Amino acid sequence: MIKTVLIDDEPLARSMVAEYLESYPQITVVAECNDGFEGAKAIMQYQPDLIFLDIQMPKINGFEMLEIIDRQPAVIFTTAFDDHAIRAFEQHAVDYLLKPISKTRFDQAVTKFLDTRGLAADRENTRKLIDDVSHTGGKLERVVVKTGTKIKIIPTASIIYLEADDDYVKIHTDEGTFMKNKTMASFEEQLDPLQFVRVHRSFLVKIDHIIRLEPHEKDSHIAVLSDGKKVSVSKNGYARLKQLLGM
Amino acid sequence: MSSIPYTSSRQRLINISCFIIWVICAFIQTALLWWFGVDINLALNDSLISATLTSLCCYVIANALNHYLPRRKGYFYIVIWGLVLAAISVSLDRWILQYIIHDQNYLSQIDLSLPLRFFVNALLIAWIAMINILWNIQQEHKENEQRKADAERLAREAELYNLRQQLQPHFLFNSLNSIIALIGRKPEEARNMTFQLSDFLRGTLRKDDQQLIALKDELEHLQLYLSIEKVRFGHRLETQVTYDEACLTKTLPAMIMQPLVENAIKYGLYDTTEKVTIGVACTCNNHMLEIQIENPYDSQSNKPRRGTGFGLRGVQRRLFLLFGRTDLLETHATTHIFTSIIKIPQL
Repeated sequence: MIKTVLIDDEPLARSMVAEYLESYPQITVVAECNDGFEGAKAIMQYQPDLIFLDIQMPKINGFEMLEIIDRQPAVIFTTAFDDHAIRAFEQHAVDYLLKPISKTRFDQAVTKFLDTRGLAADRENTRKLIDDVSHTGGKLERVVVKTGTKIKIIPTASIIYLEADDDYVKIHTDEGTFMKNKTMASFEEQLDPLQFVRVHRSFLVKIDHIIRLEPHEKDSHIAVLSDGKKVSVSKNGYARLKQLLGM
Repeated sequence: MSSIPYTSSRQRLINISCFIIWVICAFIQTALLWWFGVDINLALNDSLISATLTSLCCYVIANALNHYLPRRKGYFYIVIWGLVLAAISVSLDRWILQYIIHDQNYLSQIDLSLPLRFFVNALLIAWIAMINILWNIQQEHKENEQRKADAERLAREAELYNLRQQLQPHFLFNSLNSIIALIGRKPEEARNMTFQLSDFLRGTLRKDDQQLIALKDELEHLQLYLSIEKVRFGHRLETQVTYDEACLTKTLPAMIMQPLVENAIKYGLYDTTEKVTIGVACTCNNHMLEIQIENPYDSQSNKPRRGTGFGLRGVQRRLFLLFGRTDLLETHATTHIFTSIIKIPQL
């Protein structure tokens, strides 16, 4: 049995997909969700093989929802009109359906899924897509993270600094520290370069929060931050800081 | 009369050409006088002073024309100005020279040559004035072309934006998707929604930006829109439209509320996951119709508000174009409620 979850904020749009799926007895709809929060929960709970995912949804959009789930199912995106997203889908060869969705087009997408199911390449494509869409749309303005079973939206304005930690990045904010499965490099690329500086291989710091710089060993410095923490500044990082501050 | 924008490159050009005139005048006059057998010192003194005065006059007229471009009738004054300046420069020249050159014989020779000097100066000044005028005309022509191109580009962009707004692709495609979903199980509702959608689209396309319509008609049109949105989001969208009976005959620009209500629904629905109530309240007195639109929102989520700016700006711009006032649109945000208020003066 193939388990699927439908995620769309319009009940009629979900019922449409459910109706089309009736001709595929091997596929069972295990949950229907109104938004990304419910979607993420249902995915953790049911571990579906396939999801139908709308992009424009309340609170967090479809891409942001995908970022916070651990085990990623195959995804067929559904959207009415979004030039930006459609370009990204084509570029990464990820399947998508345009509303209103025709049965023919729907069958194509599902058949393709049934044929290629479990191919790692497809999942890889989706991963790349998420990385890509989250930063071609301008500067990152918020980060969505999961803490236990809760989902938290962090505005980038409340970030103090980021710290690399194995495969994760620790996000230090006014309200505490959160973990995100993402690379420092991608954060560095997506955050506003006039506000955030990579002062060290492991630290990306918001300039406004640097209170002072103290010389450390030969060639390196220590930055004291507004929350009292001290982070190392490498030689390159120091040069970058100097350039940005116009020293 | 028109003022030409002052450009420093232009000023530099005037400075340079006046300097060149000064050098050439001084050089030619000295050479000529020397060739006529005048003592080189006398020739130098004479030509330096007259060249300085001539190029000063050129400088004056060039600068005057830099800031003031005469129309056809004004060309006559330019000729008079040229003659007056030439006369002034020659008299000044003569007046200064009598203190510098003490050779009475040479001074009387200068007196003889005064008409010739006057003539040369007048020609030079007229020539400079003509070049400046030609240049100004060409410049103005170029600016006009540029302005025309800019205006056309702006008009095209606005038209495209309007078309896009009218079509509202996201709304349209989602509505069509809902209709298709309804066709199978609730054909009656599907039929209803199709009628509502076509009435709404017809209303949108028919309306002229400049036209003032009665609040009653605008509210009916809005009702169509709201009922379609309710089919799509019925499970969590509530709307509350209130108005005084007396206001129904008041007029407002067609489609002015639409972008604000759209925004209210969009941000109301996308900022929260709970039930959402959108409030539209219309009140009025003799001079003013006031419409207040409220939606819940979450100041915490800090979502990038794409589109709001343009929607609000568009409304503001239209109100300004129609009534010449910038205080007709207000927005307030508390932590949970976003309110926009439009005031429509009743003429």
